[in-house]
Amino acid sequence: MRSLRTKRLPLRPLPRYVSSTSAGAAPKHTPINSVLIANRGEIAIRINKTAERMGIRATTVYTDVDAASWHSSVGFQSLALGPSNAYLDGDKIIALAKKNGIQALHPGYGFLSENSQFAEKCEREGIVFVGPPATAMADMGHKARSKEIMTAANVPCVPGYHGAEQGEAELLARAKEVTFPVLLKSVRGGGGKGMRIVMAEDEFLTQLKSARAEARASFGEGGEVMLVEKYIVRPRHVEVQVFADKWGNTLALGERDCSVQRRHQKILEESPAPDLDEATRQDLWDKARKAASAVGYVGAGTVEFILDKDTGKFYFMEMNTRLQVEHPVTEMVTGLDLVEWQFRVAAGEKLPLTQAEVEENMRQRGAAIEARIYAENPEKGFLPDSGKLVHAYLPSAFDSDPDVRLDWGFRSGSTISEAYDGMIAKLIVRGETRERAIAKMESVLRAYEIVGVSTNVEFLKRLCQTPAFIEGDVETGFIDKWRDALFQPRHIQGEVFAQAALGVLSLQPQRDSPPHGETLGFGNQASTSERKVAFKVLDGYSDKEGEIVEASVAQVGHHLYNITVSRKGEEAPQVFSNIASEQAAEGEVVKLESFFPGERISSSVIPQSVDNDTKITIFQHGIKTDLSLLPPTWYEKELGLKEVTASVVAPMPCKVLRNEVKEGETVKKGAPLVVIESMKMETVIRSPQDGVIKKLAHKEGDICKAGTVLVAFEEEETAPES
Amino acid sequence: MSLSRSSRTALRLRCQFASHHQLQLQPRQPRFQQQLAGSRRTVANLTHTHQAAAITRIQSNVDPTSEEFRENERSMAAVMARIETLSQQIQKGGPEKARQKHLQRKKMLPRDRVTALIDPGTTFLELAPMAGHELYPEAEVPAGGIIAGIGVVEGVSCMIVANDSTVKGGTYYPITVKKHLRAQTVAQENKLPCIYLVDSGGANLPHQADVFPDRDHFGRIFYNQARMSAQGIPQISVVMGPCTAGGAYVPAMSDESIIVGEQGHIFLAGPPLVKAATGEEISAEDLGGGKMHSSVSGVTDYLAVDDAHALTLARRSVSNLNWPSATSFSPPASSSTPGPSPTFSEPLFDPEELLGIATTNLRKPMPIREVIARVVDGSHFSEFKRDFGTTLVTGFASIYGHKVGIVANDGILFPSSAQKGAHFIELCAQRAIPLVFLQNISGFMVGSQAEREGIAKHGAKLVTAVACADVPKFTVVVGGSYGAGNYGMCGRAYSPRFLWMWPNARIGVMGGEQLAAVMETVGKKADPELRDRIDRESDATFSSARLWDDGIIPPQHTRKYLGLGLQAALGGRNEVKPGETKFGVFRM
Repeated sequence: MRSLRTKRLPLRPLPRYVSSTSAGAAPKHTPINSVLIANRGEIAIRINKTAERMGIRATTVYTDVDAASWHSSVGFQSLALGPSNAYLDGDKIIALAKKNGIQALHPGYGFLSENSQFAEKCEREGIVFVGPPATAMADMGHKARSKEIMTAANVPCVPGYHGAEQGEAELLARAKEVTFPVLLKSVRGGGGKGMRIVMAEDEFLTQLKSARAEARASFGEGGEVMLVEKYIVRPRHVEVQVFADKWGNTLALGERDCSVQRRHQKILEESPAPDLDEATRQDLWDKARKAASAVGYVGAGTVEFILDKDTGKFYFMEMNTRLQVEHPVTEMVTGLDLVEWQFRVAAGEKLPLTQAEVEENMRQRGAAIEARIYAENPEKGFLPDSGKLVHAYLPSAFDSDPDVRLDWGFRSGSTISEAYDGMIAKLIVRGETRERAIAKMESVLRAYEIVGVSTNVEFLKRLCQTPAFIEGDVETGFIDKWRDALFQPRHIQGEVFAQAALGVLSLQPQRDSPPHGETLGFGNQASTSERKVAFKVLDGYSDKEGEIVEASVAQVGHHLYNITVSRKGEEAPQVFSNIASEQAAEGEVVKLESFFPGERISSSVIPQSVDNDTKITIFQHGIKTDLSLLPPTWYEKELGLKEVTASVVAPMPCKVLRNEVKEGETVKKGAPLVVIESMKMETVIRSPQDGVIKKLAHKEGDICKAGTVLVAFEEEETAPES
Repeated sequence: MSLSRSSRTALRLRCQFASHHQLQLQPRQPRFQQQLAGSRRTVANLTHTHQAAAITRIQSNVDPTSEEFRENERSMAAVMARIETLSQQIQKGGPEKARQKHLQRKKMLPRDRVTALIDPGTTFLELAPMAGHELYPEAEVPAGGIIAGIGVVEGVSCMIVANDSTVKGGTYYPITVKKHLRAQTVAQENKLPCIYLVDSGGANLPHQADVFPDRDHFGRIFYNQARMSAQGIPQISVVMGPCTAGGAYVPAMSDESIIVGEQGHIFLAGPPLVKAATGEEISAEDLGGGKMHSSVSGVTDYLAVDDAHALTLARRSVSNLNWPSATSFSPPASSSTPGPSPTFSEPLFDPEELLGIATTNLRKPMPIREVIARVVDGSHFSEFKRDFGTTLVTGFASIYGHKVGIVANDGILFPSSAQKGAHFIELCAQRAIPLVFLQNISGFMVGSQAEREGIAKHGAKLVTAVACADVPKFTVVVGGSYGAGNYGMCGRAYSPRFLWMWPNARIGVMGGEQLAAVMETVGKKADPELRDRIDRESDATFSSARLWDDGIIPPQHTRKYLGLGLQAALGGRNEVKPGETKFGVFRM
């Protein structure tokens, strides 16, 4: 795997003769020797890596839920913050930095990274904030003001209303002026939270309320201030990475296309943007540098544009005044370490490269693409998930591959907490061309095994295979547009069940030291060795989710098996005879090497036991299949288990935001019942049936575990089955 | 195939060469010493371990391309195929209709019950699968209506006895009783916890005279349960079907009992009998069902929902026996002998070749060292008294790391071979080494010379030694087992822990031909049927059907059977102590 920045650039700034716009004295050069990383997860680890390389003493911080996390184990020291929301507690963090004599603070992304008051406070307290000046942050952070500045600087903006009149009627009138469809978003917004598309006038007010509620929850007081913008039907999200120093130099480090999104959040980002003519590209860079200069920007920033696929025009959307999640894409195509530049700029150094030199670098380095690995269920509407990572593994062969980079904050045994964003890792690959990069991405994803929480890895593999994506025909509505192809059901091969069954058997305590486990005596060897394992298909991509498949395994010799796979409704079972198979347990994983007729198949089988259930995850041919072991026949009666059919349970650990129905109310199938929040996302739980609400188990604000009953229906009077 | 004759010659030659070499060296030594100004001393030769092992590695002379080998293979293949077909038929159990009815009641078939009970990856060592074969003219009783064998449950080697209710309702024929008792004997001798999977209609009434009254009849089952429990050998029963009258004592006499609700029933008399006797009308479930016995009478300790649940409970019971693991290699702390070696190598020669070494023509000699070479670890055999009494081969070897003493026939027993055998058995008893007998014997030598040499008293020495040796003994009949040779080579009467037969093996006082001849000489009218009948009765299947042995085994699996037998005899709470044997008077 590529370590950050392989080709070291000279540390001393190159002599340059660019006139500086700052009229005053030259900025002071104060080398940074210690830094507090006010963030968590992969970005904290990533920043620490560069800090360590530069000899900067890094301090990490952690909240109570994160005490055992990976990021709290890196750095020179790690300090406790307390409650789960303490990454936002600026005063406490500043106090800790001062108490420990830490010189600088790196905010990462999210949390305090774009809080101008915090940046200001840092400056006041004598702590170097590794980021832009508070003023630039404030200018760009306020959407309405930023548009004014941009318009003044000749940077094109999307038509819309960014005013202070926030009455519902006023906003509606403005929306009509802009003409529908329009986009509603919070002035404090970011990351898709508090953002709504309103296609027609009649749904405007409901959407407005919902957007405001979400924004207030995410950004606090003031989040409910909304702006209205023209909604572009086939937009692309293209952003430019800019970097500015205190000497007035601003560079554009190429652009990134982040059009492939779900829930308004990016999942694939790439550079250079596909299907973009050179003139537009240069224009984008130019406008981005202008935008940064207009606010006196310093450090790493991203100028986001919306590119209308139909007209080819682009508009300024906003500027992110921080290091972004997808910055490694730029690092891969420029060969730079942006965090290093951040530290150097913060120390008062000049940018080490010119625009021409950066462009020359980029010409050499082809294309890069980043995939965000999220704990979520794409096949169930991208519903977020949380829990413990039982197994997270990428073959070590990729460690030495300079074109593969995995930035992860969570590993086997880590917990993805519902208190924070559900991003597990970022996988970045580089290729000579965009096609090579996509192919490589898919191949690395195939080797990437994550078990414990649902992830979007399978979905990402499918994205990489989609012809429209490979052709570069991207837009922000990409996933919706190609939904059918992306969620195309697949048939699970019999070999998968055969291997899973072998894996399950080998999970039993092994006492097969010879002569045990060998053929013995006359007659059918299977007569006292054939065991049945029944699976239920949990896999969301399966053509038959919920299908019951039975696999009978008979040991007919030393490491030799006959396996029969039978599916309900299919007459002839599939028989695999004399399969030689070796199984080896590696921690939580059982690795299988089996010789099927004409093919040697390697698989990993990972069991997970939750309460009384056993889930089995199997990786075979680079595809993950989720199964569960069917409970024994006697389970229900003996354990007194009763499946509550007439109820709706929480799909994940969550907080109940509000109940949308009342007890005794009659609802139709699909009607919203409860709105929950998890992983900072709102989810509407809809009714699975027509019925009458018997009981609402939780009230607003209750914290629920996954599987907790939220709504119970009146049991229907049905005739007993004959 | 005059076995290792040449290899022995080779070894002897090597020895001669070595001593010759030394003789040559000796006169030179002073000269060396002089040259080195007296600084040299004599030094010992280092014999590398591999070189040292050469004296124990058996050299094979088997030629698989030879006509003799091929002829043996052909005739063995026919015998093997017959037994294979028979075995597959027996494994099915009762008639198809009975099996379907059994399955419709959501009951597991007995072999599936055994499978569900034992640990995956382990092998079930079945006892006497051919019991009852062609035994009763009126009924076929596959496996004697009861499946018995040693299985590993939660790491513990256990004796599993499972009634097959698809065979005549699981009723006890005389052979069923005999097999149940044999299983208990094996359990008692080898200290194996017992698990009874009960599903039986009780004694087979038409045969009651051969089932009920005698010492080794039905009542002995409960006697054994009580005695074994007293010896600390756990008794567990799982009631999966009817358990009436005497049968009710199987769970009642057990240390722990599990019953399947609405399926298992225990009562001294069933509902019809109760109605006749007292007029009380009651359902089977209320009279002796699982719920009643587990909550009211306390006859059973655990109530299961179905077979799978009951077997899961049985496995849990075994896990709480606090019993040493079957496959653990560490000997008990108090043991005065080392445990089995955790590492061992497979034989150097392919055991499959035994099918061309074994012969169905028992008049032909069978090279027994070739058999040993395909049974013992690494084909290593430390032969004892190789050149004395050469018709009996004795020596030390290992099987799956367990040290054993092997006593094997290589011809008729002469006085010298009998004395050698007695000597070797004494060695093994002294050292607590289990004995493995490979039987292929037509008898002791007869004739005036032998009698004058005292063949009777020398044979008696061997018999005494075999009878008294207090170490686990295992017998495999690889060829003939005739006359007093059967005694001297640890036949059934000498209580080997296990006795297995190869498919070509024959057992009897003498061959059918000889027996017919003797009868003619003593003046009886020649019975034309006699010879054929005797031949039929000497067949391995005839023996196995009557439980004269513990099963017919494929020759190539001999090593595995012995390995599993040794594990049963030496694992768990078993302990073999050196020098414990007290021998009787050896007539000198």
